[in-house]
Amino acid sequence: MTSKGHTLIGAEIFFECLRREGVEYIFGYPGGALLKIYEKLYDVDDIKHILVRHEQGATHMAEGYARATGKVGVVLVTSGPGATNTVTGIANAYMDSSPIVIFTGQVPTHLIGNDAFQEADILGITRPITKYNFLVKDVNELASTIRKAFFLARTGRPGPVLVDLPKDVMNAKCTFEYPEKVEIRGYKPTVQGHTMQIKKAAAKIKHAKKPLLYVGGGIIMSEAAKELTFFAKTHRIPVTMTLQGLGALPAKDELSLGMLGMHGTYWANQAVNNCDVLIALGARFDDRVTGKTETFATQAYKIHVDIDPTAIDKNVLVDLPIVGDVKHILSELSVEMTESPDTEEWLKTIQAWREDCPLVYETEDGKLRTEYVIEQISEKTGGEAIVVADVGQHQMWIAQYYQFNNPRLQISSAGLGTMGFSLPAAIGAAFGVQDKPVISISGDGGFMMNIQELVTAAYHKIPLKIFLINNSYLGMVRQWQELFHEKKYSFTDLSENNPDYVKVVASFGIPAFSTDNPNEVSELLDKALAYNEGPIFVEFKVAREDMVFPMVPAGASISDMMIKRLNPKTLV
Amino acid sequence: MKHTISVLVENKFGALNRVAAMFSARGFNLESISIGETEDPEISRMTIVTEGDEQILGQIVKQLNRLIDTIKVLDLTGALTVERELALITVFYQKSNRSELIGLCDIFKANVVDITQKTFTLEIVGPPEKIDSAINILIPFGIKEMARSGVVALSRGEQLNRHKKGSSEVLAI
Repeated sequence: MTSKGHTLIGAEIFFECLRREGVEYIFGYPGGALLKIYEKLYDVDDIKHILVRHEQGATHMAEGYARATGKVGVVLVTSGPGATNTVTGIANAYMDSSPIVIFTGQVPTHLIGNDAFQEADILGITRPITKYNFLVKDVNELASTIRKAFFLARTGRPGPVLVDLPKDVMNAKCTFEYPEKVEIRGYKPTVQGHTMQIKKAAAKIKHAKKPLLYVGGGIIMSEAAKELTFFAKTHRIPVTMTLQGLGALPAKDELSLGMLGMHGTYWANQAVNNCDVLIALGARFDDRVTGKTETFATQAYKIHVDIDPTAIDKNVLVDLPIVGDVKHILSELSVEMTESPDTEEWLKTIQAWREDCPLVYETEDGKLRTEYVIEQISEKTGGEAIVVADVGQHQMWIAQYYQFNNPRLQISSAGLGTMGFSLPAAIGAAFGVQDKPVISISGDGGFMMNIQELVTAAYHKIPLKIFLINNSYLGMVRQWQELFHEKKYSFTDLSENNPDYVKVVASFGIPAFSTDNPNEVSELLDKALAYNEGPIFVEFKVAREDMVFPMVPAGASISDMMIKRLNPKTLV
Repeated sequence: MKHTISVLVENKFGALNRVAAMFSARGFNLESISIGETEDPEISRMTIVTEGDEQILGQIVKQLNRLIDTIKVLDLTGALTVERELALITVFYQKSNRSELIGLCDIFKANVVDITQKTFTLEIVGPPEKIDSAINILIPFGIKEMARSGVVALSRGEQLNRHKKGSSEVLAI
């Protein structure tokens, strides 16, 4: 609908545009360049502004909101340091293809380029980490620019889009008109897949003996989980998922092989090594998945479906590329699949690998284990909670032990690996989704990186479950130091300078508990999951030197997995 | 192998930066890049000379296409094209070799655009190979300084003239 209206100033146009885009929340932090917007925000009651305590937190919150809901997350920060503080969050959203729109205040147009107070060339800084970015120099272009920004963020391969708003443009007046159509000459994402390519893919899959679906975050983003489940179950083709793809097929499904790659399951990686047709759907052959690319799925005919043509042949050369939206292509592929391959032998083989080498962890010494905590959380929530991981060992244990049974439940920083992501992203997810428990799980390293956002959670009384896995180490770095750097634990031991987390968190007005006893885990989890008055915190003090296995060393073939540590010197 | 790629982009600030930054961020070789407005003032044409094997070239073309400002990408390598580059070269001369230098200018169809007691400034237009050989010939005289424009290229005939304003893509939600 074209909206013609009366004369408004830039700051009013800003909110009118956000209303038309259906924005519910703005994650923001005020500053000099935004004063007019914050003045007008005072009278806006249908869009809620969430005051963060650091702009990085705002970007992660917007991303958590976007990933949990499928909507576009919105950030509003001031010029200069406000803008530069968003950079890590923007890069994170770019790597994980999350749709967020970042509005940055900017100095008045006549001062741009003069090294004015709180000026930063945020356009130049964020060009490599945004899908696109705009500087609005004229109030007459404001509405159409915001329209384009949301359109670009949510269509095609989603991603972050930044709009820089000079202070004087927010004060300037023009007639408000919201454009009906978006005109961007160079932007035409391919949605429908090439019919002949799809027919060819169907022919290959029909005659496969050992087909394997390798699915990534693209399935979640295009809302194609139902199509995937139908396709896999109809033709009895096993499915292995990337970290971002977890939940695409319920973990409890017999066809689900869990995650593949560096810390993937033994049976998933064996299936990749032995499959004859590999069907990659919305996955990008990341180096954490493929290991040494020359030895990745060498026996397989590779089909690759992706909306982004640059993902194809970037890391691994494929035999049959199909560019388009995976949801459309899966539907068409299902129509073309008039017969199913016979996969019973193949499924039996995979089952044997599963029994040969299950996921196991140490239990006999009585120490508390992260794997046990995750298993308990998984059981108690029935695999239906939104679990927002931070980065490190616990992130991989979540991927291995939490049974994600639906899409949009697994949220973590996969591409960039940003420590400090979990707490703010979980807050954003909790604003977006009220009918499921939202759980933030961090290590003691990452938790400190955005700990200030505890205020945001406490102030808004969001019923977030905050679980800290504390081994007083930067665990994953320590693991690599043990395995590959002669046990030089250089600056990864945090035991002497970690704070008393229970006291710290309690000072934010959040109920806080701690345990190192496996027997107390169940009760504390029940308490946390039942508490809905606001955020609640539990610290789990776990065994200090456990390692995540299986593991494929960086750059090795995924057939060269380390299964477990027998003793520090012997790897099997 | 060397490739010449022609890219039509929206004539906006930042477009050149986005293309150049894509090359540096992804480690692609960028031998020369030239840009200027086309017959449609809203569109600029970039001519890029780069080097790489088939897989790298495929990625370069796809990555260029992926940029929002990009309207069309064409790999002109192997196609019938006109390629030109402009060079301005200032060379030292002496009385004894001045006529030899003027003779060389005739051979290369170079124009003398400036002259002093000690130097000539020559303007040479042609395919990059012609400029290269002219430079090689001029080196013994002593080159004071020079500037090359980078290649501009067009395919021969009517193939590329389809991007008038009327054909802009309109996307509705």
